[in-house]
Amino acid sequence: MADYAIEVKDLCIHYRGLKSYYIKKSLLSGKRERAEIFEAVKHVSFSVQEGEILGVVGKNGSGKSTILNAIAGIFAPNAGSIDLHGHSVSLLSIGVGFHKELSGRENILLSGMLLGFSEKQVQARMEEIIAFSELGEFIEAPVRTYSSGMYSKLAFSITAILETDIILIDEVLSVGDAKFRKKSYGKMKELIDDDKRTVLIVSHSSDTLRGLCDRILWIDKGKVVQYGDTEAVLNAYEEFMR
Amino acid sequence: MEHFFKDIKQYFPYSVVAARSQLKSEVANSYLNWIWWILDPVCFMLIYTFIFGYVFNSREPYFPIFIFIGLSMWDFFNRTLTNSVKIVKNNKSIVSKVYLPKYILILTKLWVNGFKMMISFGVVLLMMVVWRTPVSWTFLFFTPVLVVLGIFTFGCASHLMHYGVYVEDLSNVVSILLRFTFYLTGIFYNIEKKIPGWGSLLNRYNPIAYLITAMRDCLLYRNAPSLPLLAFWLFIGLIISSLGIRRIYLEENSYVKVI
Repeated sequence: MADYAIEVKDLCIHYRGLKSYYIKKSLLSGKRERAEIFEAVKHVSFSVQEGEILGVVGKNGSGKSTILNAIAGIFAPNAGSIDLHGHSVSLLSIGVGFHKELSGRENILLSGMLLGFSEKQVQARMEEIIAFSELGEFIEAPVRTYSSGMYSKLAFSITAILETDIILIDEVLSVGDAKFRKKSYGKMKELIDDDKRTVLIVSHSSDTLRGLCDRILWIDKGKVVQYGDTEAVLNAYEEFMR
Repeated sequence: MEHFFKDIKQYFPYSVVAARSQLKSEVANSYLNWIWWILDPVCFMLIYTFIFGYVFNSREPYFPIFIFIGLSMWDFFNRTLTNSVKIVKNNKSIVSKVYLPKYILILTKLWVNGFKMMISFGVVLLMMVVWRTPVSWTFLFFTPVLVVLGIFTFGCASHLMHYGVYVEDLSNVVSILLRFTFYLTGIFYNIEKKIPGWGSLLNRYNPIAYLITAMRDCLLYRNAPSLPLLAFWLFIGLIISSLGIRRIYLEENSYVKVI
C-alpha cells in the first residue's frame, strides 16, 4: 500500500455567525442575535497518495476552496480530521502579504518566509524566482506600479520555485499572457511529475484537469458526489453541468 | 507551551523581516522620510512643554526630557494597542492565504513601534547630553523597564486582537479607554505631586504610569525603581500574555471565517 500524503476523514466545516458583533447594537437592542450556521462542507472523506495529482471540481460555492483552505491549515475543521503526515503544504495563491510600497525583491523574501522558508533558503533561490517571473528590472520597482499580470506572475513564481511537498492550487493556472501561461503550465507539469509531490488542483477547466490529474474529486453542496478516475468523473460532471 | 516555542522559533525571523518591511514602506513615499519618526515626538514634546511648562507652570527638573520619556513610552503602548484591534482585518491578505500564528502579527507591530521608540530614546539621550543630566549606575534599569513594558503591551494587545476580530466597534471603545489612561498616566505632569492621595496609588497600580516613572527615575533622578514592583508587573505581563496566546491558539482558526 502506498503512503498517503493527505488523509481527510469525515470533514465538516461550518461558517457560524458571519455577522460581526457590535457593542453599540447590543446596547440598543439588548439581546444577541442568533448566529446562523452554514455548513460549507459535510462529512467529506478522501485520501490522496504521495505523488498523486488530484483535481477538484464542482459548482461555485460548493465548498472546494473551503476544503483547500482547511488542508492548508488556514481554518480548522469543526469535525473530522485532516492528516498531512508531516508534509509541508502551501496554497498557491495570488500575492500573499505583498507590501505595495516595497520592491518585488523584498516581497519575494516576505512571501517566502510566510510560506515557512528561512531567509537563507529564499535568498538562495531569489535569482531563480526573478528569472522565472520575467519581471527583469521591474523587480526593483514597488509592487504598486505593477500591472495585474506582472503581479500574478510574481506571485506564481514564488510558489512555483519555492516548492513544498503538497501544493494546493486554486484556479490560478490562467496567469499572465499566453506565453507565460504556457510556461507556467509547463512548470506545473514539471512540479507535478515529481513522484514525491502531491498536488490538489481546483479548476473549472476540464481540459487542464484532463491534462494533469490522476484522479478527480467532484463536490456538490459540500458533499462528495464522485471520486475516481479522471475520465469517468469528468464525463459525469460535464453531463451534470450541461 | 511546546507548540508556542516551536512556532516562535519558526516565525520569529519572519516577524523581524516583516517589521523591517513595514518601516520601509511607511517612509517610502514621504519627503522627509524617517525624519518624521524624530520630528513627530519632538513636536509633541515642544507643545506639551509649552502648555504645561509655561501656561500651567509645571516645575519638574528637566521638564522637556521628563515629558519626552513619558511620550516615547506612551506612544509605544498606545500605538501597539490601537494597531492590534484591527490587525487581523488589516492583514486579511495574509491571514486568508496562509497559516501563521496570529500573535506574530502583534509581534511585528511590537518591533515596528519599538523601533520608533528607540529612535525617540536616541533623542532623549541627546537631550540628556545637552542638559548635562547626571550620569548614574541606575541607567542599568533602562533595559529591564523596557522589557517589562514590551511584555505587558504584548499581553494587552493579544487580548484586544482577539476581541477586535469579533467586535466591530471595539476600536471606538479602546480609543476612549486609552485617552482616559493617557490622562491617568502623567505623561506631562508628576502624577504623585499633582493628585495627592490617589496619585501614589495610581502610580503603583497603573502599570504604564509606574513604568514611565521608573524610567524617569533611573535616567534623570538617579533613583533605582522598586524591584518587587517591577517583578510584579513582569509577572502580571507574563500571565496576561500567556493567557492571550492560549486564547489565540484556541480560536485563531475561526478568525478567517469572520473577516
